[in-house]
Amino acid sequence: MNESAFLDVKDLKIHFSTDDGVVKSVDGLSFSLERGKTLGIVGESGSGKSVTSLGILGLHRGKNAHVSGEIWLDGEDLVTASQEHVRRLRGRKMAMIFQDPLSSMHPFYTVGDQIIEAYRIHHKVSKSVARKHAIDMLGRVGIPEPKSRVDSYPHEFSGGMRQRAMIAMALSCDPELLIADEPTTALDVTVQAQILDLMRDLQREFNSALIIITHDLGVVAELSDDILVMYAGKCIEYGSAEDIFYRPEHPYTWGLLGSMPRLDREPTERLLPVKGTPPSLINVPSGCAFHPRCPYSDLTDGQSKAEVPALAPTDPGHLVRCHLSRTQRRTLWENEVKPVLETQ
Amino acid sequence: MKIRSTASAVAITAALALVVSACGGGGGSTKKNGGDTAEAPASQYNAGVTQVVNPSTKTGGTLHMGMPGDFDSVDPGDQYYGYSWNFSRLYTRALTMFKPVPGEEGLKLVGDLAEDLGKSSDGGKTWTYKLRAGVKFEDGTPVTSKDVKYAVARSLDKEILPSGPTYFNDWLDNGDYTGPYKMKDKLDSWKGVETPDDQTIVFHLKKAYGGFDYFAMLPSTAPVPAAKDTGTKYKEHPVSTGPYMFKAHELGKRIELVKNPNWDAATDPNRKQLNDSVEVLLGQNEDDLDQRLLSGKIDIKINSTGVGANARKTLLTDPKVKQYADSAPLDRTWFTNLNADVPPLDNIHCRKAVMYAADRSAIQGAYGGPDAGGEIALSLMPSKMTGYEKNDLYGVEANPGGDVTKAKEELTACGKPDGFSTTISFRVERAAEKQTAESLQQSLGRVGIKLEVKGYPQGDYFKLYAGKPDFAKKNGLGLMVYGWGADYPEGFGFFQQIVDSRVIRAAGNTNLGVKDPEIDKLVDQAAAEQDATKRNAIWASVDKKVSDDAFILPYVWAHGLFYRPPTLKNAFVSQNFGMYEFLTLSTQ
Amino acid sequence: MLLFVVSIATFAIFFLVPRLAGMSADDLASRYVGKAANDQMIHEAAVRLGFNDPLVVQYGRFVKGIFLGVDRNYGPGVEHCPAPCFGYSYVTQNPVLPDLLDRLPITLSLALGAAVVWVVFGVSTGVLSALRRGSFFDRLSMGVALAGVSLPIFFTGIVSLAIFRDQLGLVGDVADWVPFSEDPLTWANNLILPWVTLAFLYAAGYARLTRAGMLETMSEDYIRTARAKGLPERMVVVKHGLRATLTPVMTMFGLDLGLLLGGAVLTESTFSLPGIGKYAVDAINNNDLPQVMGVTLTAASFIIVANLIVDLLYAVVDPRVRLT
Repeated sequence: MNESAFLDVKDLKIHFSTDDGVVKSVDGLSFSLERGKTLGIVGESGSGKSVTSLGILGLHRGKNAHVSGEIWLDGEDLVTASQEHVRRLRGRKMAMIFQDPLSSMHPFYTVGDQIIEAYRIHHKVSKSVARKHAIDMLGRVGIPEPKSRVDSYPHEFSGGMRQRAMIAMALSCDPELLIADEPTTALDVTVQAQILDLMRDLQREFNSALIIITHDLGVVAELSDDILVMYAGKCIEYGSAEDIFYRPEHPYTWGLLGSMPRLDREPTERLLPVKGTPPSLINVPSGCAFHPRCPYSDLTDGQSKAEVPALAPTDPGHLVRCHLSRTQRRTLWENEVKPVLETQ
Repeated sequence: MKIRSTASAVAITAALALVVSACGGGGGSTKKNGGDTAEAPASQYNAGVTQVVNPSTKTGGTLHMGMPGDFDSVDPGDQYYGYSWNFSRLYTRALTMFKPVPGEEGLKLVGDLAEDLGKSSDGGKTWTYKLRAGVKFEDGTPVTSKDVKYAVARSLDKEILPSGPTYFNDWLDNGDYTGPYKMKDKLDSWKGVETPDDQTIVFHLKKAYGGFDYFAMLPSTAPVPAAKDTGTKYKEHPVSTGPYMFKAHELGKRIELVKNPNWDAATDPNRKQLNDSVEVLLGQNEDDLDQRLLSGKIDIKINSTGVGANARKTLLTDPKVKQYADSAPLDRTWFTNLNADVPPLDNIHCRKAVMYAADRSAIQGAYGGPDAGGEIALSLMPSKMTGYEKNDLYGVEANPGGDVTKAKEELTACGKPDGFSTTISFRVERAAEKQTAESLQQSLGRVGIKLEVKGYPQGDYFKLYAGKPDFAKKNGLGLMVYGWGADYPEGFGFFQQIVDSRVIRAAGNTNLGVKDPEIDKLVDQAAAEQDATKRNAIWASVDKKVSDDAFILPYVWAHGLFYRPPTLKNAFVSQNFGMYEFLTLSTQ
Repeated sequence: MLLFVVSIATFAIFFLVPRLAGMSADDLASRYVGKAANDQMIHEAAVRLGFNDPLVVQYGRFVKGIFLGVDRNYGPGVEHCPAPCFGYSYVTQNPVLPDLLDRLPITLSLALGAAVVWVVFGVSTGVLSALRRGSFFDRLSMGVALAGVSLPIFFTGIVSLAIFRDQLGLVGDVADWVPFSEDPLTWANNLILPWVTLAFLYAAGYARLTRAGMLETMSEDYIRTARAKGLPERMVVVKHGLRATLTPVMTMFGLDLGLLLGGAVLTESTFSLPGIGKYAVDAINNNDLPQVMGVTLTAASFIIVANLIVDLLYAVVDPRVRLT
């Protein structure tokens, strides 16, 4: 993590005041990302991963949202920049692909119109030029007959097509940072693979920085250079894809790996499930937020209940937030977890 | 919730205060007169009942009239309401008319289209009128007696012109003639009316009637040119003989009258032509109309009872407004019929007990008090009518609250010393009648007469309920709240329909059970009497006889509360119509 | 079909209710003769009006009039009331349809003018309230809106007349109706008060509907998408938010306008506007069947047409309901 990274998030906190109390959706998150690289952010729903992505885009509005920390994008701090300035960056410098393209695209406008609109906000061009660009973009994301499909409405597209259109819309202004929030969740498995392939190809082509947000490790497995595992608004493990898949050290990450759906087995089978439910973000459990669900918390002599563990390097570039000692973690992984996962 | 309702109550009160001040201020009127900010002339409450208020002979301007509803018709052959008759004289001239002057003098008939009142012959069965020379229709055609004959003939056809009175159908010697629409080209063979020459018209009656000049006053004797008659559509443009003629008639919306160039003041001693035009707005919201009247934007409201309930309050409580108001006596009495078909009211003493026990002053309150409701009635015949003689058999003047002692005596004489029970009916839509029934329930209760109060819909009150003797008898309607207004202020027009037992039929009655052969005889006598003084004396005795018989309990001689804006000129109450005389009104 | 049902229902109510109350044909006819009519005249009227015929025959005659017209004796001659003929009023003896057509421009002016006012104010208030949810403006406007729905028009109408016309002299006399084609300025000046008063009643509903719709729409995913594309907030609200919110607003608008064109009964009565609503009130007060039939069928037609237009507009606005 150095100052010159393309995207550099430092101690990002996003809190919401509600009638029930302050919701600490993101609580001290730091990471960085270079152009051409892909970061996967993984966690259960409610872990703060989507809030993070919207926070980077500056989409938390209203007096209830409190954003603090730093978000450096290409040398500018987005947290302190004016809303208007951030708006100008949105869509052009950074863009987002949302999950569920059906609800994320306006039902009353054609796909073409929505792409044209996105393009013309940031480029002073005529409608016809923008339309040509839209057709071009639709072609590049693999939509057949883009010339006629440009005038279709979102509901006239299939799920996969819609997501391609969504991607076309996001990429229409050549963004340098692309955030994909659960880009494949709403799609069936074969289409998922196609979309992921497409995103990888496009990322290479555009050389943009890509953040993929998902609850599904399988999605990030193929694409990501680095993976950040979030739990209750905090990063609990960070490392290269290899670190996370072959040398994971946090019990929560193990749980995620265990519940990873794979093409070669029934997706409902979960052999190492994470027991219990995600914690409330208002009354975060004391100490390690994961301790009530952690099968190994009794190994920490009560430390896990008492104090918040620090995010500490276990290897260069591999960070873990856990009270268990490095040895304990590696032993548990090698002896107890890995064998179970492998037999599946 | 509590707070909210208090707050809204305050808001509504504030808004009402605005309305009231808007009415009371009268400031709006200055606007119309182009910045004339002079203080409105002071006036006196009821000044218009006896004298002409703001006399003026200045010409010009528009008389703005407003009406909550519509006329029954403006076709002179098809109208029955007093305000319609009052209004139609602006553009038509009947054979005779009531003199347009204030006070009792206004009950006098004078010649209008005719030179003078009619001459009777054949013992009152033939009436002859001479038309004035030089009277023309609005297009300049001279008016002849044939136009009058045609007008009377067409009014006989109640299919085409249903609204008017049926006096000519009932009294003229028509044979089987039914009018010019059904019997085309038979006008000459009709013996009811003859026209020996263009200026003379002769009416032939089936039987003698001394008061025919009153019939000659009906607007259906106003001439109608046969060539211009369009039947049901004639109301779109009745052809004028008066000082004003129709310029526009948007049915149900608006009427505009302008000066009739062919009207000659020399032929018409009773009318003037002061206004340049007359505009009538029809179908106006009554509250708003009253507001505009009180602010002087409207000069005169056309209806029979004066200002509405809301404006009445402002008018009676604010002396600044009240000075421009008149409480005008109407040809109308509010009363309750005592049904001799329902025992024990078949016994005259039981009826008299009711007459004595009733608290008439409480009922006066129900009808709106002395100003807006009317005076306490001593007998059936309104005191303002021609030939009225005071007749206070039950000592009402002394005991307006009733005479319980006398009532008990009568009950004893009736054989019901402890009282009896019966039912009282009223028209359910009429709040005053409901209160009357309840008031009677209370005051008769003082002597042990128990009343069950029952309301019936007014639309069918006469066809199905109180006016249907079988129903009334079967349901024991001993008392029936009612009221009656005369067509014109003379005994015949008032009494005949409500006390003559021979008009009683199976249903839809106007006489709710006055059955006395002696009264019938008196009615016949009065009708045939040629001498007006004698005739009036007979009507007065009819009034006494009705009191004697105790078939009818009268309690209020109705008044209307009318308003004349300070800018209105030549305003006075016509004692005949019981409202302002329209003919003289002007604005300059 | 609906018109058919409406006409039969009106017919049945008119004839069956009095019959249940025990009225004979003559009793019924006695409503439509003069004060002084005798039994024979009443009977003749009953025969002339056809009250003695079986109901089916009477209804058939009415329907026939609509399709073939009616011949009518007006006294000196016979005239033909061409199809579609709703017949002649029992009371005024005027043909019904010309009367209705005569009054239509007034109702049209009132309804359309008021509609413009209430849509503009209602929708914009609703949008602002939604965007500033919980603010002073929001609470104030929703309070005013509640007052608008709750206050009866004959009250607000008379009060506003007293203030704006009589006290301040700001507006013309409502009763002086001037057609738009003659003098648009006077037309508007005379109608502004009824417009505003009537609109006040409706604007409230639209403000609340728009506010609720906007609150829902603005939390939709596609609004987030629009923001993520970098659209200025105004465009997000108007182009993306309002557009979707307007669908239910439009539905309500169509129905309201259709109903109003059938006669803004209270407003027309309060402001003495001789439109279709006033006509309907008079017709019902007079038990004037041909007029009542005319008004009901006209009103029903307006509602049907309004519904049809709403359905068509629906397809224009929302591509998802377009027939493919």
